Amino acid sequence: MTFEIAGYQLLPVLPELLLLTGGMVLLMIGAYGGQRTTGLVTVLAVLLLGATGAAVLMLPAGRLETFGGSFVLDDFARFMKVLALGGSAITLILSREFLSEPSRRIFEFAVLVVLSSAGMMVLISAGDLIMVYLGLELMSLALYVVAASNREDPKSNEAGMKYFVLGALSSGMLLYGASLVYGFTGTVSFTGIAAAAKDGSVGLVFGLVFLLAGLCFKVSAVPFHMWTPDVYEGAPTPVTAFFASAPKVAGVAVFVRVVLTAFPDVLQQWQQIVVFVAIASMALGSFAAIGQKNIKRLMAYSAIAHIGFALVGLSAGTAEGAQGVLVYIAIYVVMTLGAFSVILAMRRNGQAIEQISDFAGLSRTNPQLAFFFGMLMFSLAGIPPLAGFFAKFYVFVAAVKAGLIALAVIGVITSVVGAYYYLAIVKVMYFDPPKTAVDPVRFEVGGVVAAAGLLNLLFFVYPAPLISAAGVAAKSLF
Amino acid sequence: MIQAIVFLPLIGALIAGAIALIGAHARHPSGDTVDHDGHGDHAHGNDAPLVVHTSYDEDPQVSPMGPDDRGHHVLPLELQAAGSRAAEWITTGLLMVAAALSWLTLVDVGFMHHDLRVTLLPWINSGELQVAWTLRVDTLTAVMLVVVNTVSALVHLYSIGYMHDDPHRPRFFGYLSLFTFAMLMLVTADNLVQMFFGWEGVGLASYLLIGFWYQRPSANAAAIKAFVVNRIGDFGFLLGICTVFFLVGSTDFETIFAAAPGLTGRTIDFFGLNVDALTLACLLLFMGAMGKSAQFLLHTWLPDAMEGPTPVSALIHAATMVTAGVFMVARLSPLFELSPVAQNVVLLFGATTAFFAATVGLVQNDIKRIVAYSTCSQLGYMFVAMGTGAYSVGMFHLFTHAFFKALLFLGAGSVIHAMHHEQDIRHMGGLKDRIPFTYVAMVIGTLALTGFPLTAGYFSKDAIIEAAFASGHSVAFYAFLMTVIAAGLTSFYSWRLVFKTFHGTPHDRAHYTAAHESPITMLIPLGVLAAGSFLAGFPFKELFAGHGVAEFFRDSLKVNPQIIEAMHHVPAAVAYAPTAMMVLGFLVSWMFYVSSPNMPVELANRMPWLYNFLLNKWYFDEAYDAIFVRPAKRFGRFLWKAGDGAIIDGLGPDGITARVLDVTRGVVRLQTGYLYHYAFAMLIGVAGLITWFLLGSGSH
Repeated sequence: MTFEIAGYQLLPVLPELLLLTGGMVLLMIGAYGGQRTTGLVTVLAVLLLGATGAAVLMLPAGRLETFGGSFVLDDFARFMKVLALGGSAITLILSREFLSEPSRRIFEFAVLVVLSSAGMMVLISAGDLIMVYLGLELMSLALYVVAASNREDPKSNEAGMKYFVLGALSSGMLLYGASLVYGFTGTVSFTGIAAAAKDGSVGLVFGLVFLLAGLCFKVSAVPFHMWTPDVYEGAPTPVTAFFASAPKVAGVAVFVRVVLTAFPDVLQQWQQIVVFVAIASMALGSFAAIGQKNIKRLMAYSAIAHIGFALVGLSAGTAEGAQGVLVYIAIYVVMTLGAFSVILAMRRNGQAIEQISDFAGLSRTNPQLAFFFGMLMFSLAGIPPLAGFFAKFYVFVAAVKAGLIALAVIGVITSVVGAYYYLAIVKVMYFDPPKTAVDPVRFEVGGVVAAAGLLNLLFFVYPAPLISAAGVAAKSLF
Repeated sequence: MIQAIVFLPLIGALIAGAIALIGAHARHPSGDTVDHDGHGDHAHGNDAPLVVHTSYDEDPQVSPMGPDDRGHHVLPLELQAAGSRAAEWITTGLLMVAAALSWLTLVDVGFMHHDLRVTLLPWINSGELQVAWTLRVDTLTAVMLVVVNTVSALVHLYSIGYMHDDPHRPRFFGYLSLFTFAMLMLVTADNLVQMFFGWEGVGLASYLLIGFWYQRPSANAAAIKAFVVNRIGDFGFLLGICTVFFLVGSTDFETIFAAAPGLTGRTIDFFGLNVDALTLACLLLFMGAMGKSAQFLLHTWLPDAMEGPTPVSALIHAATMVTAGVFMVARLSPLFELSPVAQNVVLLFGATTAFFAATVGLVQNDIKRIVAYSTCSQLGYMFVAMGTGAYSVGMFHLFTHAFFKALLFLGAGSVIHAMHHEQDIRHMGGLKDRIPFTYVAMVIGTLALTGFPLTAGYFSKDAIIEAAFASGHSVAFYAFLMTVIAAGLTSFYSWRLVFKTFHGTPHDRAHYTAAHESPITMLIPLGVLAAGSFLAGFPFKELFAGHGVAEFFRDSLKVNPQIIEAMHHVPAAVAYAPTAMMVLGFLVSWMFYVSSPNMPVELANRMPWLYNFLLNKWYFDEAYDAIFVRPAKRFGRFLWKAGDGAIIDGLGPDGITARVLDVTRGVVRLQTGYLYHYAFAMLIGVAGLITWFLLGSGSH
């Protein structure tokens, strides 16, 4: 079987091609069918994402490269792609209700998610800086639009606008950094940079700082996180769920791939940056979340803190650390999608409710929902034996083994601070006097809640598949 | 036989305790109280209520017990526990058997010389410390067995009448028997550790019985006070045991006594002072005795302990437990004998207590408190005897005192019973016509207490005063003076009690006319003890304070024949002094309270400071409150507020929480919502990292 174009193998990019082509088809369906096809397009988009994921897994095993090493499909990419596609698909499932209202029948939403996912896949597989930028922009441009997808809501527009302006700034930084790196190493390919950057000269480190600043923005790490709370709060909730899952996966993937494959010998330098960013993210995320009253804003700070924890694993700079990051991000995606599906389920008289105080007494009005949300909160806080505990466990163990004991201690302390606001939500649900009952939960939302909740609860029974898959994926980077 | 004596009360206690538990469960199966239905439903007639309620006005849960000693006008609302009758008679019956066996033991050991040591079980086996449960029976123990079991059996019997309508009788009798068991363990101990076990056991039972009416705050306070004050003494006792073990390497009496003579002159480092080891050990042990026997400085708990039911006062706080200290000194007399300093201290405290308590007793108005101070004073007499080295004489007074003091307490209980819980003698008067039997019993008790010739107290108390004089040195002379004066004071307050209670005109007509003689179960013990108040004296005189001492007691305590001998050759003036004082006290009392009742009031008005000083018990409670209690509370408050609250909570949980919130407020304020602020933050972040690498060690 040969797919070739201009002498380049096309087999490794087959899933991307499938996704992009499918996206175009969906766009055509929408464009010609009008807004009433929104539901159809969304369903087809979910199927398309699933098919793409299957295609990723069906490609021949091992490391595949194409376009002169610009595009890499290794186990790491497979792991992250499946995760990102899963996140996108779940987000689309969750957005059905949002899109079902007459005023919001926008079929473009699903198309934009598909296109953004295509950008993520390119990003995850990037083998040089050009491909990084290409994937990043493909992903982000779609994100800017979906953030503002609720056109009648000024907050949604504000969110899209802020994200766009700051995203442009970060892209500029990233490009500046990339050009500096190119200038000091003479190449944009990761393997070439790795071969050239042996000493870590000041100029190269300059480039590294700007490059990582751009990447930090995408994963919303401190101090490049400022957009996160406003966008999370302003964007429609399904969009926020999307922001919190798939793009994070892609962002972490490219972050990990860049520092580990392009700068393995500049470990000492980028480690300092990552350690600083990790500590700042954990601390700020944990402390600031305490002051929040809006559950989506709280989840934004929670996301910031969790990226900090994930970066703790990365800062170890070892395969074990990378494995920890992968385990962390996978579990985090499950937890956060579960949490957002609960937030989506919280509707009273047809109106979405977002204040933490609205959760009061949920244990009596909807005990199942309260139970799963409570479990997710315990898991986010990192309480054993829930999945969130293992996520933290692996990154902290990696950090300790790499000698970063102070970092691990700070991480544990901030997770204690963070536990406060997760437990406060549990307290509100279980001990505060109940308000009027929430609306019945829609089937697909309830299904996501239950699936995420059960994965969380029962992860400890059989953790091997995820752990070993993450281990294989991490090894492919070294 | 000795096993039966010791363990029959324990069996009784366990049975009564089980009945109490079952009863409590039956009464409050789900925490509910008695059903109050059927208030106005008597017309229905045929469905008979479970209990015949005498008063529906008060909720049984909240009704106060009243200021009196008993609470039976309130309590009938509560169901009587099933098996109360069985608990009473089982415990009483077992005690009767034990008492009978005790008298047999006294004959067997005291006259037949069949001393006995029965090892029951090994107890502690830890390195050098070897302790076994051993019952030791010698004459000293046998005397105590007789005292304890006789009084206990009579008190059990008396309580059947006295407590007849208390719903918690099984618990009460369980406690009484438990106390008796602990006391028996104390007196049969063959080593200091087992003695300490009994010592703490009686302390516990005392605590439980003082607080028996736990619904009353004052009873709880008194119970806690007794426990805490005893704790101080017990701490000394424990230190004393440790010192002895440190010196001898054993806690067995035989080993200690054998090693003691070799220890004279040995010193021990105590808070940097080089003190005589034996003196230190004896003083520490005596500290324990002071607590238990309510001696001067540690006496404050005894009057308050009168919050307990009157039979308890008779048994524990007159006849047995409070004499444990005296018994301990007698038991350890071979040790005390080797330390003249310790003996003088014992003498000093005993004499002071005898005088002090007697002065306070002069002006008290609560019938039980008068007897309580009298007890305190008489215990002082016993310690005086111990201090002079006339241990057997002290034991003699212990023996006789048990009878007449129990008689006085039970008589007082009978008066209280007759007066419907009135305890203030100012509200009594003229009762001799209403309750003649009790009157006679009380007069006999008073005669014995004041040392009227041929009564039991006459022999024992006069012997102590003679011994104090015969010792001849200065401290002993102080003791002699104190005890003689106290004899006069004793006579005064005892007769004052009798006159104000039984003579004159009734102050409370209603109570007076309602007064009734007590039931037979209460009168029998009065009669027996009244007999004892005579018979415990003369027949035993030679054995305790005469020529039979050495043969009677043999090795069970230290016998100093020269003191006994000197006692018999004191000047006639000395021998008659206590009797003269007794008569003087009686006459003054007669004058004050019978012939011209205005005199005491005028006297009190003329010397208010003295009257108040005595009425307020030399201000001991106030002084302790100011010196110990309030500073301790202040210190506790300081630790609570400043230590725990400000420092631990403030720097710990509260402080951290507050700081976290501060940080949160600061961080949240960063999120202004302005786009340029966000962009600025990003640029600052990049600039900061660049600067770090340029200036810092980052790039090297």
